[in-house]
Amino acid sequence: MRANLSVLGLVAGATMLLPGAASAACESITLGAAISLTGKYATNGIHTQNGYEFAIQKIKDAGGIKVDGKCYNFDVIYYDDESKGDRAATLAERLINQDKVQYMLGPYSSGMTKAIAPVTEKYKIPMIEAEGASRSLFNKGYKYLFAVLSTSEQYLASAIALAAEKAIASGKDPSSVKVAVAVENDPFSLDIRAGVLEDAKRFGMKAVIDEKLPRDLADMSAILTKVKLLKPDVLLVSGHSKGAATAVRQIDEQNVKVSMIGITHCEAADVTGKFGAAANDILCPTQWAETLTYEDPIFGTAENFNSEVKAKYDAYANRAVPYQLAQASAAIYVFKDAFERAGSLDKEAVRDAIAATDLKTFYGNVKFSDAGNNIAKPMVLRQIQDGKYNVVAPSDFASHQVNWPRG
Amino acid sequence: MEQFVSNFGLLLEFPVVNLKIVLDGIMIGALFALAAYGLALVWGVMNVKNLAQGDFVIGGGYICWWLTQMGVPALIGVPVAFILMAGIGWIIYILIIRPILDRDLFTTLLATFGLAIIMAQLLNLLFGSDTQSVDLGYDTLYFVDGFIDVPIAKLLGVLMAGVLALGVILFMKFSRMGQAIRATAQDARAARVLGINTDKVYAFTWSLNAAICGAAGAIIVMVWVIQPFYGITHSVRAFVIVTAAGLGNLPGVIAAGLGIGVLEQYGAHIFGIGYQQAIAVILLLLVLIYRLSQQRRVRQSLR
Repeated sequence: MRANLSVLGLVAGATMLLPGAASAACESITLGAAISLTGKYATNGIHTQNGYEFAIQKIKDAGGIKVDGKCYNFDVIYYDDESKGDRAATLAERLINQDKVQYMLGPYSSGMTKAIAPVTEKYKIPMIEAEGASRSLFNKGYKYLFAVLSTSEQYLASAIALAAEKAIASGKDPSSVKVAVAVENDPFSLDIRAGVLEDAKRFGMKAVIDEKLPRDLADMSAILTKVKLLKPDVLLVSGHSKGAATAVRQIDEQNVKVSMIGITHCEAADVTGKFGAAANDILCPTQWAETLTYEDPIFGTAENFNSEVKAKYDAYANRAVPYQLAQASAAIYVFKDAFERAGSLDKEAVRDAIAATDLKTFYGNVKFSDAGNNIAKPMVLRQIQDGKYNVVAPSDFASHQVNWPRG
Repeated sequence: MEQFVSNFGLLLEFPVVNLKIVLDGIMIGALFALAAYGLALVWGVMNVKNLAQGDFVIGGGYICWWLTQMGVPALIGVPVAFILMAGIGWIIYILIIRPILDRDLFTTLLATFGLAIIMAQLLNLLFGSDTQSVDLGYDTLYFVDGFIDVPIAKLLGVLMAGVLALGVILFMKFSRMGQAIRATAQDARAARVLGINTDKVYAFTWSLNAAICGAAGAIIVMVWVIQPFYGITHSVRAFVIVTAAGLGNLPGVIAAGLGIGVLEQYGAHIFGIGYQQAIAVILLLLVLIYRLSQQRRVRQSLR
């Protein structure tokens, strides 16, 4: 009875909000999302929204979602959290209490997800998120939170392994490698730092620079000056899109020579488009690359997904499709799969179906641990080579040799 | 703590670093000084503390960036940003500032704060939230074994800032409008009695401020990066500089601007870049404490 009521509510809500949007043959399943459409995370917030919308359209074109013999399509109620955590939590409450949303999509960034997760948990609303990678999300015992992406401590850790590999190849001990880390002061970037330092410690490497970047970063010349003095072998920077743009610009300007430079969010910041050759040989971790050999029946191959997104959205015509978009699409696909396996719209049944997910997607395999993070997909490291992103690590996926040393 | 000591040690071990930090600081400070001078102007003449100062800067930056996207050479962007922002500033004056000029401090702060939010969101809607920057494609000059780098673009930026500052100084000193502005700043009522149209003066001052900020922003986009929400950082620095230098003291504003640029770089080097902005704010606190104690001595402050 309760399930029936909620379905009625959902349908009514959806038709009221988006008259004519639902196709005639199929009913609607309404998902809720509070994402950063303005504020400092807006760039990636918009990538996320595009990813959700692209997947919803693709699933609609492929005949919708079949639940217990009936056909459905997804509808999403979006709110703008302005890149503020407290706002995100308020909006999650509003989605659940006022809009009567029964299933949630994640926001952008670990910080926002951290703000929303306690709310969805309180109301037992299953949430599949695609943009919150902080491992602190997965040690709280959340039962209704699922993430399709790899956790953040893995982002740049592979760069450390690669540096060790290169040290051995050039006849040096890995423990002689000096590491410089500069990360923004937010949960996601701090995890990256933790992962890097942990791996560096395993190899006995020394972190000669370990600094936190301010949130509104426009200048990191002080750190780069130190890099020039202390001459580390590896420089790793994580500061979302603005950090990537600032780092690439100033590394070039100050003529900083480091054998290996790794920066997160290269694609999202479009460093190749903005700075051209200055971005060459920089390593960029990615959750996903269009050259990977993943495939599924809705989106086809990773390459196919890439070209279709480029064709649909002009914004990506001349740049790499960011992985933030791909994983948002993957989250929708996981929801579709879970609804179909659950065979019901009851949120508890859907939650259990999500937990049991074992799905091959264009984005990689998805299988959740008890904590809700995806344990079936590795992180990939790409290098910008002549303006192109080529996969160089891990070796199972590498299509190109890494250029080392840089510069 | 250990890190602070070793960072400090680096300064002594490699003296050339000091030169580099000072140079970087001056190049950055010169741009802060521009926006700060504009603030000193509206503060001194109109008694409006403009919280949207930084957003005018970013607005000018986006004008320049947008022009380069249209294929216009970036250097043209500086005068265009100056002129366009003057126009935008004038409209803002008519719509928002004039109605609240006679109100109290709180109202003007609230109004300009609202203006700052509106401008940031408008820029976000118009241009997107991506971090943008204009690459002039000029070389970088290297000195001392490539240790000191002076990008020609930055040098050009400082030069343009200098020319602009000089132009404003000359204008204020010798033109009729400049004299009228100074007269109004000294005593608005007396100026009115002597036939100066103070409303016109206010409108002009406000536009001039927006124009200076616009030009500063156009230079900033060529040497740094901008984002719709970066306005606040420039506002904070402008306030610190003006408070430190005092109103109506142009050489003071320039000196304070350069000084804060250098101190921030030192702070970033020793305490870590995360504290770069904190240095500016701590400095503001120290200046305020010093000013207060000074005023107490001559019994100018209320207890």
